[in-house]
Amino acid sequence: MSSAPAAHGAAPAPKFAEHFASLEVQNHAARLGMWLFLSTEILLFAGLFACYACYRFLYPEAFAEASRHLDLTLGTVNTVVLITSSLTAALAVHYAKEGKNNMVALMVALTLLMALGFLVIKGFEYSHKFHEGTLPGKHYSYQGLQLPGAPMYFTIYFLSTGLHAFHVTIGMGVLAWMGIRAITQKNFGPNNYTGVELASMYWHLVDLVWIFLFPMLYLV
Amino acid sequence: MTPSSSPTAEGVLPGHDDAGGHAGHHDHPSYLVDGTTVKSWLLTIDHKRIGLMFLASVLFFFLVGGVFALAVRVELLTPGPTIMDAMTYNRAFTLHGLIMIFLFMIPAIPAAFGNFMLPLMLGAKDVAFPRLNLASFYIYVTGAVLMVWGMLNGGLDTGWTFYTPYSTHTTTTVAPVLFGAFVIGFSSIATGLNFIVTVHTMRAPGITWFKLPLFVWAIYATSCIQVLATPVIGLLTLLVVGENLFSFGLFDPARGGDPVLFQHLFWFYSHPAVYIMVLPAFGVMSEVVAAFSRKNIFGYRAVAYSSLGIAFVGFFAWGHHMFVSGQSTFDAGVFGVLTMLVGVFTAIKVFNWVGTVYKGAVDFRTPFAYFCGFLFFTVFGGMTGIAVGTVSLDMPWHDTYFVVAHFHFIMVGATLMAFLAAFHYWFPKMFGRMYHEGWGLVSAALIILGFNATFIPQFLLGNYGMPRRYYEYPERFQALNVASTAGASLLAFGFVIVAIYLTYALFYGRVAGKNPWRSKGYEWLSESPPPTHNFVGPQPTFPEEPHYYVAPKKDEVNDV
Repeated sequence: MSSAPAAHGAAPAPKFAEHFASLEVQNHAARLGMWLFLSTEILLFAGLFACYACYRFLYPEAFAEASRHLDLTLGTVNTVVLITSSLTAALAVHYAKEGKNNMVALMVALTLLMALGFLVIKGFEYSHKFHEGTLPGKHYSYQGLQLPGAPMYFTIYFLSTGLHAFHVTIGMGVLAWMGIRAITQKNFGPNNYTGVELASMYWHLVDLVWIFLFPMLYLV
Repeated sequence: MTPSSSPTAEGVLPGHDDAGGHAGHHDHPSYLVDGTTVKSWLLTIDHKRIGLMFLASVLFFFLVGGVFALAVRVELLTPGPTIMDAMTYNRAFTLHGLIMIFLFMIPAIPAAFGNFMLPLMLGAKDVAFPRLNLASFYIYVTGAVLMVWGMLNGGLDTGWTFYTPYSTHTTTTVAPVLFGAFVIGFSSIATGLNFIVTVHTMRAPGITWFKLPLFVWAIYATSCIQVLATPVIGLLTLLVVGENLFSFGLFDPARGGDPVLFQHLFWFYSHPAVYIMVLPAFGVMSEVVAAFSRKNIFGYRAVAYSSLGIAFVGFFAWGHHMFVSGQSTFDAGVFGVLTMLVGVFTAIKVFNWVGTVYKGAVDFRTPFAYFCGFLFFTVFGGMTGIAVGTVSLDMPWHDTYFVVAHFHFIMVGATLMAFLAAFHYWFPKMFGRMYHEGWGLVSAALIILGFNATFIPQFLLGNYGMPRRYYEYPERFQALNVASTAGASLLAFGFVIVAIYLTYALFYGRVAGKNPWRSKGYEWLSESPPPTHNFVGPQPTFPEEPHYYVAPKKDEVNDV
């Protein structure tokens, strides 16, 4: 990796790896790589969706009943929080393209704040369930719902929301890294915004997965 | 973009062997000597060095897996206990299967030869993401260490398929081994992703999609499978680890779980994984058959498209592993038909290879010998695949040695032949030296014979009803088991010879020169061994098709 001379004088210089034919190709490669990676993420969650579909088919009553034992209010608030954070992530890309590095940092900070809020609310939901005993598999001890298949529902609930929360955490790390770069290097601009764009794409994935998880677990 | 406006004669016509006498050769040391410290190898981002590191690793695991294969075969020499107890036997065949599949066959051709050749064949300086490429190697090593550590500390007795609910209840160590498989999956995804992006963005000016060498097409199709199928088994291995450690009950019927769901998710990856193993093999063979028949490949587009066809259809054939799992007759029928579609695409390739050899000026060298073995294994293995894809035939053959023999023929036979063909074909390119042709042919003959002698008796054993994975068997199966073990010994002997003469050639072989086979493949435009950034001087252009062998003249062959 080496820094190529800035293309048009004042424009900030992105890092250019010399094995690419041009900067344009390099950015294209980065974006294509990210899209492919996101497709693997979707397939990772798809396995859990398949599990959900299978057991929903096997235990329709238990699944319908168990989904009413989730806190719909907290879930809805979380959905709103996460979708809003997706907006600020998109705005970060917008400002990165315009070279407004401070705004990028601000948008990233807002996104991180909402992400943290999401995790805190999730934590409340989890601790309530630990308390109740609505836990996966053999750890299930809740007396209020004793249908066969109910523990299975909570297995899938914890696995899918847990995997999602893990992705939220990773996404927060990636966005924070971009925020720090915006503050310290101040070099995002019209030629150099791919990093923010990719981080934001990842964040949209996290958001999108939740948009599937929420109706699947809380509403249906 | 810097396409050179006037292609050099060398760029256009890679026909002539100029034995390393290229101007500027000394200013551009080969990738082998450009940095000789251990660090310069371990932290390299050069795709060629990473390819070699993968090659060394897969060869090591091939040795380990092979030793356990022999142990299993020796155990089966006699009907009763021979050299180990039943539990050790279970662990030995599990270890053999896991190592051979996850640590040898899946990465063998794509990660070793793909890494080395793909950028050369695209006229590129490197893959799109060189650091991801290096990371992919270390992820592979990490996963391998985890897996082997798990197998040494307790071992795994489930067979490589880890079927639930047994795998969630067995007292052997499931978690580290499965977690190792999960980690290796990341390596596979990273490599595949890197190759797809490389093919899309790194092609040199002049290389259009339909001027890609067929090996690149095959690797591209393989990468698509790797990227799309691997995440599913990644999730599945996590679920089984969780189930094993925390009793989630997802696949445990005692807790209301469904083991057949496990099988669906498992085979959704593991059936396409067969094509991760054989598609690169098909790609290698397309290169080899054109180079040694001195003829342009017959039906280039058909061969290219059929790779994509196999990759696509391969995703819809997994259910044929579950004919006896209680799925409906209708499902079984659909999966059977979809399975046979794979045979159609494979047949397209086979006809095209045969069409390429037809009236070619065949230069019968070691890679071509492996091509012949490959053709036999692919056709025979493929035909038995059609047979076991037929529901009524699969019922009696299910989980017998017939299936063992079938998948060894198609997966191992085809992949191994291609691996060896690739090794011999590209050996001069990779190391700049020639091996001894006579020993090459002798060992090829031994290996092909040994392979047949090992697995043809197993087809018969399966047909007579010997189940797979059994430790003891009735007296009447002994003769065929002895024959199979004898064949395995012959096979192992063949590999020993290969190891000896290739190691010798590595140090003392005749200097190969730039293009000893007079191949038209793009990778031969570079030096042998190539310099660090693959091409010296102006970037070569590629106006010809990659397999552009026309009108073989008599003096042009057999004089290398």
